[in-house]
Amino acid sequence: MFEYAPAPESRSVVDIKPTYGLFVDGRFVDPTDGGSFKSINPASEEVLAEVAEAGAQDVDRAVRAARTAYEQVWGPMPGRDRAKYLFRIARIIQERSRELAVLESLDNGKPIKESRDVDLPLVAAHFFYYAGWADKLPYAGFGPDPRPVGVAAQVIPWNFPLLMLAWKIAPALAAGNTVVLKPAETTPLTALLFAEICQQAELPAGVVNIVTGAGETGRALVEHPGVDKVAFTGSTEVGRAIARAVAGTRKRLTLELGGKAANIVFDDAPVDQAVEGIVNGIFFNQGHVCCAGSRLLVQENVADRVLESLKRRMAQLRVGDPLDKNTDIGAINSAAQLARIRELSDAGSAEGAERWSPPCELPERGFWFAPTIFTGVTQAHRIAREEIFGPVLSVLTFRTPAEAVEKANNTPYGLSAGIWTDKGSRILWMADRLRAGVVWANTFNKFDPTSPFGGYKESGYGREGGRHGLEGYLSV
Amino acid sequence: MSERVAVRKTYKLFIGGKFPRSESGRSYLVQDSNVSLASRKDARDAVVAARAAAKGWAGATAYNRGQILYRVAEMLEGRREQFVALGVPADEVDAATDRWVWYAGWSDKLPQVYGGANPVAGPYFNLSAPEPTGVVAVAAPESPALLGLVSVIAPAIVTGNTVVVAASPSAPLAAVTLAEVLATSDLPGGVVNILTGHPKETVPTLASHLDVNAIDLTGVADADLATELEVSAAQNLKRVLRPAPAGHDWSADPGITRMTALLETKTVWHPKGV
Amino acid sequence: MTATATSARSDLSELGRSETALRTFLHGLPGVDQVGAEQRAAQLGTRSIKTSAKAQAIDLAIRMVDLTTLEGADTPGKVRALAAKALRPDPADPSCPHVGAVCVYPAMVPYVAEVLRGSGVHLASVATAFPSGQAPLEIKLADTRAAVEAGADEIDMVINRGAFLAGRYAEVYDEIVATKQACRDAHLKVILETGELATYDNVRRASWLAMLAGGDFIKTSTGKVPVAATLPVTLVMLEAVRDFRAATGRQVGVKPAGGIKTTKDAIKYLVMVNETVGADWLDPDWFRFGASSLLNDLLMQRTKLTTGVYPGPDYFTLD
Repeated sequence: MFEYAPAPESRSVVDIKPTYGLFVDGRFVDPTDGGSFKSINPASEEVLAEVAEAGAQDVDRAVRAARTAYEQVWGPMPGRDRAKYLFRIARIIQERSRELAVLESLDNGKPIKESRDVDLPLVAAHFFYYAGWADKLPYAGFGPDPRPVGVAAQVIPWNFPLLMLAWKIAPALAAGNTVVLKPAETTPLTALLFAEICQQAELPAGVVNIVTGAGETGRALVEHPGVDKVAFTGSTEVGRAIARAVAGTRKRLTLELGGKAANIVFDDAPVDQAVEGIVNGIFFNQGHVCCAGSRLLVQENVADRVLESLKRRMAQLRVGDPLDKNTDIGAINSAAQLARIRELSDAGSAEGAERWSPPCELPERGFWFAPTIFTGVTQAHRIAREEIFGPVLSVLTFRTPAEAVEKANNTPYGLSAGIWTDKGSRILWMADRLRAGVVWANTFNKFDPTSPFGGYKESGYGREGGRHGLEGYLSV
Repeated sequence: MSERVAVRKTYKLFIGGKFPRSESGRSYLVQDSNVSLASRKDARDAVVAARAAAKGWAGATAYNRGQILYRVAEMLEGRREQFVALGVPADEVDAATDRWVWYAGWSDKLPQVYGGANPVAGPYFNLSAPEPTGVVAVAAPESPALLGLVSVIAPAIVTGNTVVVAASPSAPLAAVTLAEVLATSDLPGGVVNILTGHPKETVPTLASHLDVNAIDLTGVADADLATELEVSAAQNLKRVLRPAPAGHDWSADPGITRMTALLETKTVWHPKGV
Repeated sequence: MTATATSARSDLSELGRSETALRTFLHGLPGVDQVGAEQRAAQLGTRSIKTSAKAQAIDLAIRMVDLTTLEGADTPGKVRALAAKALRPDPADPSCPHVGAVCVYPAMVPYVAEVLRGSGVHLASVATAFPSGQAPLEIKLADTRAAVEAGADEIDMVINRGAFLAGRYAEVYDEIVATKQACRDAHLKVILETGELATYDNVRRASWLAMLAGGDFIKTSTGKVPVAATLPVTLVMLEAVRDFRAATGRQVGVKPAGGIKTTKDAIKYLVMVNETVGADWLDPDWFRFGASSLLNDLLMQRTKLTTGVYPGPDYFTLD
């Protein structure tokens, strides 16, 4: 046997402070009416830092700082100069990428190879892309003289902390808005390091404000009357509540919510690559991906062969220390999320689906869940309908393309879908009929700053990325 | 204490990422320096270098090209004082740097602005996307020496073309110094080739060269010569950018036409069916 | 789709009897998506193999080297020296294992055989009008027999790429079958020359064709065309031997050759073997590297691990 020796990435590249304040008006400040909370490493349950929890007054202070910066500095600034600040930020992210990647893996639990090879390059690319738009807004197709919206309230999830920050902040700033961003309560640290990067880039004070906290902080931010635009990524339930909260206000809203994507494998698929795509679709980032391919729809005449290959491949997945460079699947982000994955998986077994995981030893401390597939799943099962947001795949079968479309669309969600076939015209026929905002063909979970991302139906509205990603941040 | 004797720089051509002297062995005295006087053969060599670089540069991702162009701006900023010492006004250097930044950002945006899906009446996927035309010959404006040069090179290469540029004959030092910036910016050799000397010697060769896909006549002030060159260019139907009749305002927003003039549009059809 | 990765064993021995049957079978193999295959190969290349795992990998890689010289300028003196190095790659360290085989042209086989006799190091000879394969069949077979008679116990043949690309699969198949017969007890490695096959779909088809015709090993390249072994090509071939064993029960070896020069490269291949076909192939009987300069880099890295100091090339023999 060929056993890989431990290959841990060094932690020493990142300097975590014991406590963090809020980043308001260009400075780290103590909360006035809030408390604090701890951010832990989900792989060890070790406390990483104590972080300020912003109360309503803190949120108000941050929104006011953003308003002032918008009116006095950032709004009037020529796009050419805004661009230069964003290019600076992109470069600093590239220069400090290892530090950010290690911190992301520590705070989130994702494997270092993903934070290093996926998250960080995309974060830098996103800032680079939108930097280039800052002085070209009249060419974006939204009218000859597009204006910023004002102050944007942005609330992001814990699954891609820094990448979601980039998706929110880069287009907002490029378009001339200022922001108050609230990172998730389990993953605030890279956002706070990003605040330091804003200082290093000499970004004018108040353009970016980071308020840490949990649901109440988020609510105070979203409901603050001084906010012109709300952008939220997270669960459909919270998205719905935000949509209700902004009803009747002048606030613009974009939402990027949950998903239950179908990954559809036809009998003429390039099978080895399809298996890779299935694995990537559901086990990438521990399945904490809103666009995860969590429902595998496989053509019945090849189902056995595909599943055999899939199981063989799953047995190669290495679960464990997120900082080990050879880890494929890291820790579940929180105890609460682990409980939810367990509850839904147990429901899958109880409802009669057949559960399988490869033999795999899980660490004793921390939050872990073995990669799991359920076969014999039907549309009626909870695990085929509800978003699990974990490394759990539900396998269903279909017989014809029309049936595949019908099953794929039979969900309130509509974020993404995958199609695997060697036949080009079938890809396009399927893509036409799938009610999903992103359709991947013979690939999965691909992201690029130039490419718009977002959902149909209850997966939200508005698009992030690409030219379309500017629209939510411009008044035309 | 005796005064230090300065080490002087040799100003040479920029072809295929290297700095050769003219194969003709000639130079001309300009701006107090002996500057290489490019020959017709040098122009042909430059076309060969540009062609050799074309496939790789066009095939690089737009993101990669954008990063490299932005790197050029960074290096240009770092050499600000050097350009000023050559007589380029400081605000012209700044404007030239900002222009690189502006064009760097276009690499991955122009296809989004200038291409797109076409809703044809039938069961077809139909998408148009721009592609670089290939090797572009450029007669750079006589002045402003740096901003004018940057304003013709950047829009040509950002989309994936490679260029052979005839630099301003009266102020070539900025062009050679820009070549040094380009050579230290991760720009692959041959993407930009710069010929110093008399454009009337090199540009007609480029205009009639059958392995050149487009020609930018911006720097040709003589209207009759411009017409003559356009006639030469017609032999293989080169795309031609004519000099502006009223001269160019290099400080204005450049728009996108300098880029789109050097692009081909490719439209792909594919059926949709099970 | 064909019987890939099924648990039921299939009898595929009849396929070679008809051009139509071969074509139908080979063109029914699942396609290979180029982008996906290359991404998977690149991903495997990011594995970090350190300390004890690296030491283990280096010794295994040394045992897998087919130490090769295939030059017009080869002489008895040159190949004898190479054979001596194959036996004792690091004369300063008796714990260093010997390589898998020495690989030479047929005319050089007798000189190598003298050195290797009884050592456990195999003697491979290229044959069948290597590298182009452009000679009449009788000559290719005579070439093979001569090498075997001179002492080669492994034959590295080249397939007829012209016939393959023209779709004359039966012709390629029959040549492999005939060469296998001419090999008698010698192991047959079938060189696909993947650089000339151009697509991964072709690589997969040629792999199956070679295995169906009785090849004991499938090998990427001659080393004589610009594109030699690559990670994605080897991935596709590993998937083919994995699926072939699942379908027929017979295990076939894989040999990437050409262009593998560093320990880092070699370890990437071993990781790929480990995670694609598993431990059954992590053995010199089932996986080889066709290489020459690779050995010295493996030896240098091996010395680095044992002594902690990077040695220079001057400290290793040049043969």
